[in-house]
Amino acid sequence: MAWISAQWPAVVAAAQHAHEAANAKTPPAFETLTPEQARQVEAITSRIIPTDDLPGAREAGVVYFIDRALKTFAKDSLVTYEKGLAGLNQATSSAYPGVKSFADAAAEQQEKLLTELNEAQKTEAGPSPGLTQLVSPDFFPTIWQHTVFGFLADPEAGGNRDYAGWKAIGRDPAHSFSPPFGFYDKDYPGWQASSPETEKK
Amino acid sequence: MTQGKVTYKPSDEVDFVIVGSGAAGGVLAKELSTNGFRVVVLEQGPYLREADFSHNEIDVFLRHQLTNDPKLQPITFRRTPQDKARQQYSVLYGRCVGGSSVHFTANFWRFHEIDFIERSKVGEIPGAELADWPITYSDLEPYYTKVEWEVGVSGLAGASPFDPPRSKPYPMPPLPVKGSGVIFERAAKKLGYHPFPSPMAILSQPRAGRSACVHCGFCLGFGCEVGAKSTSLSTMIPLAEATGRCEIRPNCYVHQIATDKSGRATGVLYFDAKKNTHLQKAKAVVVCANGAETPRLLLLSASSQFPNGLANSSGIVGKHLMPNSGLVAYGVFDEPLNDYKGFADSRIFHDFYEMDYKKVGFYGGGGLDARFDFTPATFAFRGLPPGTPMWGKEFKKALSHNFTRTMEIFCHGTSLAVESNSFSLDPDVKDAWGLPALRMTFRDHPNDLKMMEWMKDRAMEILDAAGARTKWHNPVQEAQFAVHLLGTCRMGNDPKTSVINPDHRTHDVPNLFLCDGSSLVTSGRGQPTMTIQALAFRAADRITALAKRGELHS
Repeated sequence: MAWISAQWPAVVAAAQHAHEAANAKTPPAFETLTPEQARQVEAITSRIIPTDDLPGAREAGVVYFIDRALKTFAKDSLVTYEKGLAGLNQATSSAYPGVKSFADAAAEQQEKLLTELNEAQKTEAGPSPGLTQLVSPDFFPTIWQHTVFGFLADPEAGGNRDYAGWKAIGRDPAHSFSPPFGFYDKDYPGWQASSPETEKK
Repeated sequence: MTQGKVTYKPSDEVDFVIVGSGAAGGVLAKELSTNGFRVVVLEQGPYLREADFSHNEIDVFLRHQLTNDPKLQPITFRRTPQDKARQQYSVLYGRCVGGSSVHFTANFWRFHEIDFIERSKVGEIPGAELADWPITYSDLEPYYTKVEWEVGVSGLAGASPFDPPRSKPYPMPPLPVKGSGVIFERAAKKLGYHPFPSPMAILSQPRAGRSACVHCGFCLGFGCEVGAKSTSLSTMIPLAEATGRCEIRPNCYVHQIATDKSGRATGVLYFDAKKNTHLQKAKAVVVCANGAETPRLLLLSASSQFPNGLANSSGIVGKHLMPNSGLVAYGVFDEPLNDYKGFADSRIFHDFYEMDYKKVGFYGGGGLDARFDFTPATFAFRGLPPGTPMWGKEFKKALSHNFTRTMEIFCHGTSLAVESNSFSLDPDVKDAWGLPALRMTFRDHPNDLKMMEWMKDRAMEILDAAGARTKWHNPVQEAQFAVHLLGTCRMGNDPKTSVINPDHRTHDVPNLFLCDGSSLVTSGRGQPTMTIQALAFRAADRITALAKRGELHS
C-alpha cells in the first residue's frame, strides 16, 4: 500500500500529461506543405514504414508530424524537402513515362525508386548520378529521420498518433510499469551470491 | 519553497560564487550554504523543474533542451596536436540546473582502492602520465557513504566480492531486476563471474518527499518527471535554497574569473540571458563547470598577469582528458524482455575491475552491465543488427520483432591519462557570445583499445552462454565523443604536475577552488559521478575549515 500512496499522485500527473498531449491532435490542415507535397511525403513515408497487419507511418500521422516539423525544429530542412520532392517526381516520370509523380507510381516502382535513391546516396557517384542531382543528398536521410521520430517518438512530440508506432513495435503506451516486466524476470527467485567455490576474493 | 529564498546583487560580495550547478556544484552549494556561508550559484542553462520534463525526444535530442547546443557553442575536434581541428559535436554535458546529473543513467559505483594508487602498483606506463592520487580510498570512504545517504542510492552492500570496504550499507534496497539482468546474471554465473544488483542513484523506495522510480522507461537523456532520479536538482539544490543563504541564478554564462593585482580572485564575470555582462563579487570562487568548461574558463581568464590562463603555472590545465572507454554488445532473445520498461541497467559485475597485466596484456580494468537504454526512436536509429534493411517491410519487421527482445551489454573501462588528450581554446572558431570555442584533442591510448577488445570478447561469450538468438557488437575504435569529462585539472601535491591540491584549492590562486570531473587523477572503471560527488562533499569540508580559519580573506 505504501507504493500506491507514494506513487499515485505522480502516476496520475504523468498520465494526465500524456492524455493532454494525445488530445492536442495534429491540425487537420497542413501548415507548411502544399496538399500535393503532403501527398508525396505520405507516399514516401509509407514506403519507409509501410502498413501491414500492424500500423505504419500513414496510421501514425507521420505526414502531420513532418508538416509541423518543417515550421519548427526542422525549418532549415524545408528547402531540402521542396527540392527532394520535385526531383523525385521528375525521376519518377523519366523512369516511368506517363506516371506523373512518386505518389502515383505503383508500389514496386516506388520501392525501386527509393532503393535507387538510397544506393545513389550511399556511394559518391552512385549507379544513377542523375538522381542525386535531382534530389539533394541529404533528402532521404532527412525524411527517414523525421519518419522514424514521427512514427516512434512519444506523442508529446506531435507524432505517433494514437500510439500507432508503439503498437507496431510492441511498446505498451503506459506511463509507468511495475515488475515483472517481461518473460525472463517472471520467475526470478531473487538475488543470490555466486556459490562459494567460485569466489575469487 | 519560495519562502526564504534569497537573491543577491552582483555587487554584493558573497562568501562563495559557485560556477555550475551539477553533480559537484549542487553538493558544494548545499554544504557551504548549510555551513552558514552566503552563496551564489551561476548556471549557464535554464532552471527547469520536474513539470518541465517530458518524454519528448525532439526537445531532448534535437532541441538540446537539457544539454549543450552545438549550434550556440560549437566544439572542434582533432586527433593529435599536429592536426587542424574541425567543427564536430564531440562533447555532451548537461546545461540546466542540476547539470549532467539531470539526464544521466545514474550508475553509482564507488572507485576502488586501486584507482587511487595504481601508479605505485603498476609503475610507469609508456605514453601515459599515470599518477597516484594525493588521497586514498579510505580518505574518501566516509564521503562515499555520505553521498549514498544524502542523495539516495539504491544497492546491496556486500553483494560484490570485489567491492571496497564500506562503513554503512546502502540506504535502500536495489531496484527490481529487469529481463536483461536475469539473462546476464544467469550467463555470467555460468561462466564463473560474480554479478550483483547495479548500484543506482535512483530511488527504489520513496524518500525525502520524492517518489520511487515508476519505471517509465525514459531515463538516459531525460529529466525525471517524478523526482526519483537522485540528481543535484532533486536532492541538493532544494536544500541549498532552503537555507535562505543560497541563490541559484540560471541563464548565466560565466566567461572570466576576475582577479586583483595580488593575484587573488575577486569574483566572476558572466553574461546574463540578454548577453549583458556582470561581475558577481565573492570572497572565493569555486568552479564546478565540468571537465570541459572548467579548464576552458581558466584558459579564458588569461591576463597579462596570467598569460597561460589562470591557475595554469603547471601548463597542464585542460590536459589528461580521460573520457572512459566504452563498448556495447547486443543480443536478441526469443521471448520479450520488455526492457524498455524501467531504468537502464539492473545487473553488473566487477570481476574485471583489477586485471593482471601479465595475463591479459593491458592495464586498468572495467565493469560490464546488462541494460537497455534506448527510446523507441533511438532504437530504430541504432538498435538493429548490422545489415538490417533500414526502410521498408524488413525494417518494420525487425523493429516489431526486436524492440521488446533486445538487450545490451555495456563494457565500461579505464582511460589512461595522456598529456596530449585535452581541452583547449580553438584559435579560429567562436561561440554565439564571441568566445573561443572548446577544442578537443583526443586519441585513445592503445592500451585502452586493447582492453576494450578483450572486454568485448567477454561480453560476446556471455551473450553466447545466455543463448542469444542474434548477437553483435559495435566496432572497437578510437573515440570521437566524450561524455565523461575527467582529469583536465588534476589534483596533486606538486604544483608542477597538478592544478589543485588535495583541498581542491588551485596551487596558484589561494581563493580559487575547482571541483568536478576535472579534479580526477585517474578515470576509474567507467562511472565517475559517485566519485565526483564524494569529492564535492569532502571539498566542502576542507573549504569550510579553511574559511573558518580565516584563510580565504585577503
